[in-house]
Amino acid sequence: MKPLAWTRQFVERNGWPLAAYIVLAVSFWVLVLIVLPQLVMVDFSLRFDLPPAKQGGPEDVWTLANYRYFLFGPPGDPLGWNYVDLAVFARTLIAAVFVTLFDLAICYPIAYYLAQAASVRAARMLAVALVIPYWVNEILRAFAFRIIFGTGGLINTLLLTIGLVDQPIDFIRANVALYAGLSYAYVLLMVFPIYNAIESLDRNQIEAARDLGAPWWRIHWRVVIPFAKPGITSGCTMVFMLAAGALAAPQILGGPSSLWFTQIIYRTFFESVNWPRGAAYAVILLVVCTLLVLLVMRLFKVRLGEVGR
Amino acid sequence: MVAGFGVELENVWVQFDSFVAVRNANVRIEPGEFFSFLGPSGCGKTTILRTISGFLEPSRGVVRIGGRDMAGIGPNRRPTALIFQNLALFPLMRVWENIAFALEVRGAGVAERRRRAEQLLELIALPGQGDKLVHELSGGQKQRVAIARALCAEPQVLLLDEPLSALDLKLRQHMRTELRAIQRQVGLTFVYITHDQGEALAMSDHVAVMREGVIEQIADGRTLYDDPATTFVASFVGENNAFPGRVTAEADGMAVIETAVGHLRARIATAARGQLAPGDRAMVFVRPEALAVAGPGVLPGEGRIAGRVTAEEFDGPSYHLFLEGPGGTPIKTSLVNHGIGRSSSIGATLTLAFDPMKAVALPAGELAQEE
Repeated sequence: MKPLAWTRQFVERNGWPLAAYIVLAVSFWVLVLIVLPQLVMVDFSLRFDLPPAKQGGPEDVWTLANYRYFLFGPPGDPLGWNYVDLAVFARTLIAAVFVTLFDLAICYPIAYYLAQAASVRAARMLAVALVIPYWVNEILRAFAFRIIFGTGGLINTLLLTIGLVDQPIDFIRANVALYAGLSYAYVLLMVFPIYNAIESLDRNQIEAARDLGAPWWRIHWRVVIPFAKPGITSGCTMVFMLAAGALAAPQILGGPSSLWFTQIIYRTFFESVNWPRGAAYAVILLVVCTLLVLLVMRLFKVRLGEVGR
Repeated sequence: MVAGFGVELENVWVQFDSFVAVRNANVRIEPGEFFSFLGPSGCGKTTILRTISGFLEPSRGVVRIGGRDMAGIGPNRRPTALIFQNLALFPLMRVWENIAFALEVRGAGVAERRRRAEQLLELIALPGQGDKLVHELSGGQKQRVAIARALCAEPQVLLLDEPLSALDLKLRQHMRTELRAIQRQVGLTFVYITHDQGEALAMSDHVAVMREGVIEQIADGRTLYDDPATTFVASFVGENNAFPGRVTAEADGMAVIETAVGHLRARIATAARGQLAPGDRAMVFVRPEALAVAGPGVLPGEGRIAGRVTAEEFDGPSYHLFLEGPGGTPIKTSLVNHGIGRSSSIGATLTLAFDPMKAVALPAGELAQEE
């Protein structure tokens, strides 16, 4: 349809006050709240870290130095590569992938149960039980995990009491607390997209597969999972992006020797006060994560439009 | 050719909490026959089908397939295949993958699956269409793919849950013939569920008529139509004029019943022999096509009903006249269209005659009490 005709129809269907509101609100959301700040960040990332006096002066030109620094470290560094930052970056991504897969493994059965197996009453109760813990704010939740997983915490006390271990396990140093906390934080974002997808699956499809002799795992593999793929992708994307970009949980739950890439970004901004380099690191995180997601979607043959279903 | 397995239901009850969906069903389906369960929605016919396929366990009683007790055997391990009302084809698989799914489950290789799918596609007259996606097929084609998918599991009994209800009339009639042809060709036992009595009569060797969880009669189509066992069967299978009343005389398998439209003589249904005595409440059923406009002379034994014509319907082969008899009794008659110009008879008073052998007398069950 031609844009002009489409616009006219859109206005006719909604009436001009509503149409105007929708257009304004959406453009404000997209341009002012998303595109502009990101552009400012990109602009920042392409500049030198100059004192305020020199900003806007002849030295204030565009440069790729900040990106170069991420890869190769300070100029003339004998190591050749910026091993510290690269390693943290890689570890963050791998850990985020791990958190995503872990969430998928625990949320798919929950979502399936909610959507297909549970009675309406049970499903409603379970949904409420899933949502209520999120009324507790993120920081508080993270500290609670610290207490549970601490050397003198609930789990270690329990393990010591039943005699499974004779020394408390340092879950915090081993990052177990961090992964558990992150996984827990995004459970809902995984459950609901998958639930949405599976909910629209015709129950007869499952019964038909069963009637034709399929065991339960094949029913999931061939019927339910292919159908739920857009929901699974949507959930995985959100969890991965948010886990890779999490800051509070790694700050509170991370082991003393481990860093999350977002912590490096944070420190660059607020401790080194090097905004251009911080911006460059943030852009790198965003771009690499996005590319990774697109790559995985391509591998699993999911189109972007399907994710929004 | 293998004739499939027989199916037996012995004193089967199915109960959901306090609701009894199937009440003491006793059915014997012979190997290789086309058997239908017919009844209005909510009568328990789908519950019976799900009990045979194994998705439900009977609360009491025994289901036997091929002589073997099916208790504790899940739907994936029964020699049955179910065709769902909405077909439940897998939308994300190609047609051939759908058809060969049962083979895939058994671990067959791609080549074998493709070969078998193609064979079945030939059987359902869709050769070479295996690579299409399900949504690219028409309604009738989907229907046939669903049958092929079920046949691929090599069941002994094929269970069909109103599979034609989503099709338009023409296609439905065509698929009836086709289903019957496929059944003869593969020689399996077909158990068919429907609320459409035309479908049941046209295709089945035997039909079980159900009402509120109870099987009212099991018989072939002609018997159901001509010699119903209950007032429900008489009024549900085909169209019927019903005249409630009281028996005044009974002899030689015939009864005279005093009704609002006069004293009517009728043959006592086989199932009701010995159950009608003078003074009993009874119902006389006369099919619309058994009523004809009365001639000038009264034939011996002929029944007569008079009424005023209130409406007329013409559908090509016949005229249907709707009359109002004494006491407001509705009467319908179907007259053959002889093709000669015929003026409307609305408002006229007509006398209709019928052969008492073609009228059926039954004890008035709940049907009379409702009226």
